Amino acid sequence: MHIVVCIKQVPDSAQIRVHPVTNTIMRQGVPAIVNPYDLFALEEALRLKDKFGGKVTMLCMGPPQAEDALKKCISFGADDAVLVTDRSFAGADTLATSYALAAAVRQLGKEQKVDIVFTGKQTIDGDTAQVGPGIAKRLGLQLLTYVSRIADLDLENDTITVERRAEGGVQVLKTAVPCLITMLEGTNEMRFAPLENMIHAARYPVRKWNKEAAGIEDVTKIGLKGSPTVVSKVFGPTPRAEKALMQSVEDATPRDVSLNVIQKIFTQHPTLERDILAKASV
Amino acid sequence: MSDAEVKKPAARGGRNLELPEHLKAYKGVWVFIEHDRGEAHSVSWELLGEGRKLADTLGVSLSGVIMGGPDEPLDAIAKEAYSFGAEACYIVRDPVLKGYRNEPFTKGMTDLVNKYQPEIVLLGATTMGRDLAGSVATTLATGLTADCTELRIDPATRALAATRPTFGGSLLCTIMTLAYRPQMATVRPRVMRMPDSDTSRSGTVIEDSLGMIETDIVTKLLDFIADENSNKVNLAYADIIVSGGKGLKTPDNFKLIWDLAKVLGAEVGATRPVVQSGWVDAERQVGQTGKTVRPKLYIAAGISGAIQHRVGMEGADVIVAINTDANAPIFDFAHHGIVGNAMQVLPVLTDTFREHIAMRSRKAA
Ligand SMILES: Cc1cc2nc3c(=O)[nH]c(=O)nc-3n(C[C@H](O)[C@H](O)[C@H](O)COP(=O)(O)OP(=O)(O)OC[C@H]3O[C@@H](n4cnc5c(N)ncnc54)[C@H](O)[C@@H]3O)c2cc1C
Ligand SMILES: Nc1ncnc2c1ncn2[C@@H]1O[C@H](COP(=O)(O)O)[C@@H](O)[C@H]1O
Repeated sequence: MHIVVCIKQVPDSAQIRVHPVTNTIMRQGVPAIVNPYDLFALEEALRLKDKFGGKVTMLCMGPPQAEDALKKCISFGADDAVLVTDRSFAGADTLATSYALAAAVRQLGKEQKVDIVFTGKQTIDGDTAQVGPGIAKRLGLQLLTYVSRIADLDLENDTITVERRAEGGVQVLKTAVPCLITMLEGTNEMRFAPLENMIHAARYPVRKWNKEAAGIEDVTKIGLKGSPTVVSKVFGPTPRAEKALMQSVEDATPRDVSLNVIQKIFTQHPTLERDILAKASV
Repeated sequence: MSDAEVKKPAARGGRNLELPEHLKAYKGVWVFIEHDRGEAHSVSWELLGEGRKLADTLGVSLSGVIMGGPDEPLDAIAKEAYSFGAEACYIVRDPVLKGYRNEPFTKGMTDLVNKYQPEIVLLGATTMGRDLAGSVATTLATGLTADCTELRIDPATRALAATRPTFGGSLLCTIMTLAYRPQMATVRPRVMRMPDSDTSRSGTVIEDSLGMIETDIVTKLLDFIADENSNKVNLAYADIIVSGGKGLKTPDNFKLIWDLAKVLGAEVGATRPVVQSGWVDAERQVGQTGKTVRPKLYIAAGISGAIQHRVGMEGADVIVAINTDANAPIFDFAHHGIVGNAMQVLPVLTDTFREHIAMRSRKAA
């Protein structure tokens, strides 16, 4: 069995700060990490490999330094890693990204037939959840998004049964492999990388593919040129016109402050009081 | 942000940003109407509210798209869509459209777009809407902007200017699809205001067929397991929310939030660090990576008011914040601020609310 897991290297947004005065992003020194959502996809792939054998190949499109993210995945137990990297990919939106990644998956399929492609639910920088569906459509793969559990994989008959998170419930879907799965977060827990794996990963020769090696047929479909969306401006949030009406327990008792707030909100919003009276349990 | 500030972006990287002649025929605004087990998702009505404004600005019509099985109440849903501002509904009725599956819905939507050529298509950023939007946009090779917080028409280009958070929510960016049609966008539930319903409004139905049979479809829907507590935590649509942050210090103190919520008949919300510490379930997280809420009253205790939290709750009608730090960012957008220790203020506020409610109920009786 051959599983391809798509991961993205992203800035650790928990550490991004916005300059309080200029409202610009302070990106200096922010470490790059494997998109946290993608680790759930990788762990699920590794579990399938534990059970059924086969090979897990990591795939990432990004700048040369994204090699580190792929090595991290090798340390967890992935078998091989390909970094699709070429200047002409720069500025890609989700449509152009899915085009490039789909081409690379096709190339990987020439080496060994691909049974399942995994992606994360979404990235923490792009945050669109569009790249997974995009790859599936381009490759004509059955698409299973927001998968919370793989209930059954039958490699004899090439079928897979999964549970998919939907609004208000869980869908149980059965489909054919090859398919593309976007894995829901919190569904599993990434294993620890043993020391020997880390050493192996550090030395692992990540394969680097430029656009030719990745099998890009139409260069007008990648990078900025292949991106229909145009970012027209980036700006900080606008402050509200007036500041809050402030009261402090330094100046009045908590009781007085409470009475005051309750009186104010109920006079300003009479329907609110009615709603509360209708529902409240005293 | 004023309209004048949205400049026409310059062509970069040899990109042609002019709309090709053959795409100029694309007209009208569409909203995908999501429904499940007989009921439309409110996000669809919120989108019709926004779609109405876009259509009026452009001087074009607003339509809903409804797909489903023959035994589903699609006509009733269309009627509801008219009451929220749609002038027409495209209805595709087919047994294979009962219960959402990517393949038949993608085909249905893609065929409709190719046939009737709308310029804008809006979908809810739900598990259904996102699954469908990504597939349809790729199939049509057009632009899609996810999780928008504001939709406008750029006066210079008449293109959709879709604003969404970026860089982990610290900034916003405006995105346009200039040279492709349709322009697609998703919006999360509750981000847009619910429009008023007017049941006297009516509209036209345009029925279309799917041209697919069950054996064409590889993926089978074996079962749907409804969530047990699906109605219990409905944070997004709660009228009153009492929310707690890391300032409460311990899970034990967090009980003060539950106490106040109980008195007010409110839902409990929380910040991300609170969820990550395991004090409450993830479904109670408010913010960019949690739920967007739009209650009538939002009480925030021990919450700093970081932008990622703010984007999820600033649509509340009234925000009351309790924080020890008079300079906490939450006071920049709350309506009523109480500077003080939440552990001291919350129990008193709870008691005072309780007494007030008891008194008013007695009067009413
Ligand atoms: C990509 C990304 C996504 C994110 N998504 C979300 C999200 O969806 N939702 C979310 O909430 N956060 C999100 N965050 C985190 C966000 O940036 C903040 O870190 C978080 O909202 C802060 O939570 P807090 O206010 O509970 O804690 P803190 O920032 O620690 O604030 C605690 C506050 O309590 C006050 N305080 C202390 N003691 C008391 C007391 N005794 N009484 C009253 N007040 C007291 C302090 O003055 C302080 O203002 C996200 C971050 C990133 C990078
Ligand atoms: N540049 C990339 N390289 C590899 N995989 C990616 C890339 N961008 C997105 N993905 C995959 O697509 C998923 C969804 O990404 P997004 O649409 O950006 O939210 C991610 O979780 C990744 O698995």
